[in-house]
Amino acid sequence: MRLLLHIWRQRNAQEKGRTIRYLAADVNPDMSFLEMLDVLNESLIAKGEEPVAFDHDCREGICGTCGFMINGVAHGPLRGTTLCQLHMRHFHDGEELYLEPWRARAFPVVRDLVVDRSAFDRLISAGGFISASTGSAPDGNAILVPKENAEQAMDAAACIGCGACVAMCPNASASLFMGAKISHLGLLPQGQPERLERVLAMVAQSNEERFGGCTNIGECEAVCPKQIKLDVIARMHRDFLRAGWRRRAF
Amino acid sequence: MSSVAVPSVRRAARFYEAPLGKKVVMAVTGMILFGYVVAHLAGNLQVYSADHQQINRYAAALHNPSVAVLLWGVRAMLLLAVALHIIAALQLWNLKRIARPIGYVKKDDVPAAYAARTMIWSGSIILAFVIFHILHLTAGTVLPLEELGPNRPNVRANLIGGFQHPAVAGFYILAMLLLCLHLHHGVWSMFQSVGVSHPRYTLWLKRFSAVSALAIAFANISIPVAVLAGWLTQ
Repeated sequence: MRLLLHIWRQRNAQEKGRTIRYLAADVNPDMSFLEMLDVLNESLIAKGEEPVAFDHDCREGICGTCGFMINGVAHGPLRGTTLCQLHMRHFHDGEELYLEPWRARAFPVVRDLVVDRSAFDRLISAGGFISASTGSAPDGNAILVPKENAEQAMDAAACIGCGACVAMCPNASASLFMGAKISHLGLLPQGQPERLERVLAMVAQSNEERFGGCTNIGECEAVCPKQIKLDVIARMHRDFLRAGWRRRAF
Repeated sequence: MSSVAVPSVRRAARFYEAPLGKKVVMAVTGMILFGYVVAHLAGNLQVYSADHQQINRYAAALHNPSVAVLLWGVRAMLLLAVALHIIAALQLWNLKRIARPIGYVKKDDVPAAYAARTMIWSGSIILAFVIFHILHLTAGTVLPLEELGPNRPNVRANLIGGFQHPAVAGFYILAMLLLCLHLHHGVWSMFQSVGVSHPRYTLWLKRFSAVSALAIAFANISIPVAVLAGWLTQ
C-alpha cells in the first residue's frame, strides 16, 4: 500500500505550523496507524530529517496517550477505537490522509501532532476525585451498590482522557470528559459527599481553561474510543442545576 | 468547608457564567418559544374552519381591551425570552471561537447533525422572518391591514391577501422549513440541557422532537400552499 500523507509539522508552541506532504510507501495492511508512522519516521531519520512527533504509550487502546485527527476525525474512521488500534487495512491504496493535532485553546500544540493535555489534569484536580482515607483495601460488599448504578458508573469510568471529545467538538467543549467523571463518581456512594461541590469546581475550572460550551451536537459521542454516551453530559447538567439551588457555600 | 450562605445574586452570576448555565437559559426560553409556536399554530389553523368568521372572532377575543394587560404581559414575556435566547446563543457562539482559535485544515462531521451545527443560521433567518411577520400582520407596515372594527382585525382577509403575494408566501415557507430544522435539534436539546436524559427515554424524546418539528412545519406551510392553490379564498 502507498499513502499520501499531509502531516501537520510545528516545531514548538510558539512557531506557526504547516502541513507537509509525505509519501508512505510499502505500508503493510496489518500495521497499526502508529506503526505506519514509525516506519515513516525511520525513513525520515535515515534521510537526516526530523521525525514526526506523536504521542503514544501502551499501544493497546487503553492508556489514552495517543490520538490525533485523520481527515478531520479524531482517532480516524473506525468507531470505538484509539489510533494505536486502528490498522492500515481500513484504508485503501493511494489514499490521501490529513494528520492534524487536537485543536483547542486549552490543548496547545507542543510539537507536530503532540498537544499538551494538562488542562484535563487540572479539571480532575479541581473536583474529579473522592476524598477517602487510604489504608488497606476495604472489605468486599461493605458498601452496597445497585447493579444498574455499578454498570453505568463503570461505563462512565471507561474514559481514558484521550481528548478526542474536545478535539472533535465544534465548540471544543470538555463536557463529555467532565460528564464522564461526574457520572462515574456521582453514581457511586463514595462520590456522594462531594457530588455538588465537584460539578461546580469542575465547571468553573473548565471555564478558566477556556474550553467551549456544549451545544448537544454529539460529535464527541461519535468519536469517543470508549463510546461514552451523551447521557453523562445530561447528568452533569442535572448535578449543576441541583448545585445551583443550594444556598450553602462549599 | 464553610456553611456561609451564598447570596442569590452571586449564585445567579456563577450559574450564568458557566456555558452550562447559558444552555439552561437557552433551554428554558426555547421551551417558552416552542409553547408559543404550538399555541400560535393552533390559533392559525382556525382559518380552515367552515365558519369564515371563526379566526376573526378568535383574534377579536385576543385584542379585546379587557385582556390587554394579559396580551401585553405575554408579549413582554415572549420578547424577553427571545432576547435571552439570542444573547445566550451569541455568547455560546463566541465561546466557540475563543475555545478553538486555530481551526482544522480538514474537518469531517461524523454524525449527520446538520440541524445542530446550523442553529445559529436557522435561528438568524427565523428571527428576520419573525420581524417581517410582525411588521406584516401585526404592525401593518408591509401591506395595509383590514379591520372589521376597532380592535377587531380581519385576520382571514389579511392572511389570504398576504399569501397571495408569492414572495411573502415563499419567505414564509422557507422560514418554516428552517423552523423545522431548528426545532428538530432544539426540542430534544432543551431536555438534554436541563438534564433530562435516560437510556430508555432519550430515544423517544428524539422522536418527539422530530415528529413535532415536522408536524409544526407541515401544518404552518399548508396555509400559504392552500392560499396559493386557491383552496382558501376570501
